[in-house]
Amino acid sequence: MAVEAPERSGPASGGRSPGIRGRERPIGGFELWSWLFMRISGLVLLVLAVGHVLIMHVLDDGVDRVDFGFVAARWQSPFWRTWDWALLVLALIHGINGLRIIVQDYVRWPGVRFAIDMAFFVIGFGLFVLGTVVVFTFDASQWPGAL
Amino acid sequence: MAKRKSDVGTLYKGSPGQWSWLLHRITGVAVILFLFAHVVDTAVVGWGPEAYNRVVSVYHNWVVKLLELGLVAAVLYHAINGVKIMVFDFWPGTTRHMKGIALTSTVIFVLSMIPVTWIMGQGILEDAGVL
Repeated sequence: MAVEAPERSGPASGGRSPGIRGRERPIGGFELWSWLFMRISGLVLLVLAVGHVLIMHVLDDGVDRVDFGFVAARWQSPFWRTWDWALLVLALIHGINGLRIIVQDYVRWPGVRFAIDMAFFVIGFGLFVLGTVVVFTFDASQWPGAL
Repeated sequence: MAKRKSDVGTLYKGSPGQWSWLLHRITGVAVILFLFAHVVDTAVVGWGPEAYNRVVSVYHNWVVKLLELGLVAAVLYHAINGVKIMVFDFWPGTTRHMKGIALTSTVIFVLSMIPVTWIMGQGILEDAGVL
């Protein structure tokens, strides 16, 4: 993999500790930013995604209690709207960048690679727009009595 | 053409991290594919209670809840293994203890799955009519 994608390989650890090579890391440019983004967003998602999964799927009856009223009550709080939107954005970018890296490993022909990457990008952008509109325009008072 | 012995029954041995590397990919792909569907099903909340409640009732089916347990496991594995990757990448000296750290992260994942499976498993068994 790394052998076929030289732009992704490079000496790791910057020679700070002689004798310790560590793992491979991109040497610079877009791939280094991608590398850094995956780790920093991963750290944030550790809180946002794991917290979301525990709250919505494990604790307190999990998904059994999730219905329209539950979401309406939850989204009365700007805190949860912000949480859900941040989770949406970071998970989409992290996930689609991850798919791009996997495509880089398994799809060799540049045209096909570009087409697959673009398809995921378009899906991701569409879902970003859809999710953003819903999170910020949802108004439970449109359905009185549903809360 | 006769198969050479090395073509069958051998297992590629990349490095001690090859299985966690593979699992990280599989769980990552599983989670992003679910996210594609999940953004759409959550967006239905904008179409009111009748539409949304019909959609989320799918998640209350016990077979879907089994998949949900798999999703939680995938998220937890990806998260815990991701922390392991960051430890190695930000503190390269720790790669000297790669096996021990990999074992520790696996143990943390397995331990975290015990209460998760216990809690979610009860709901699944109740819905399946076993409990």
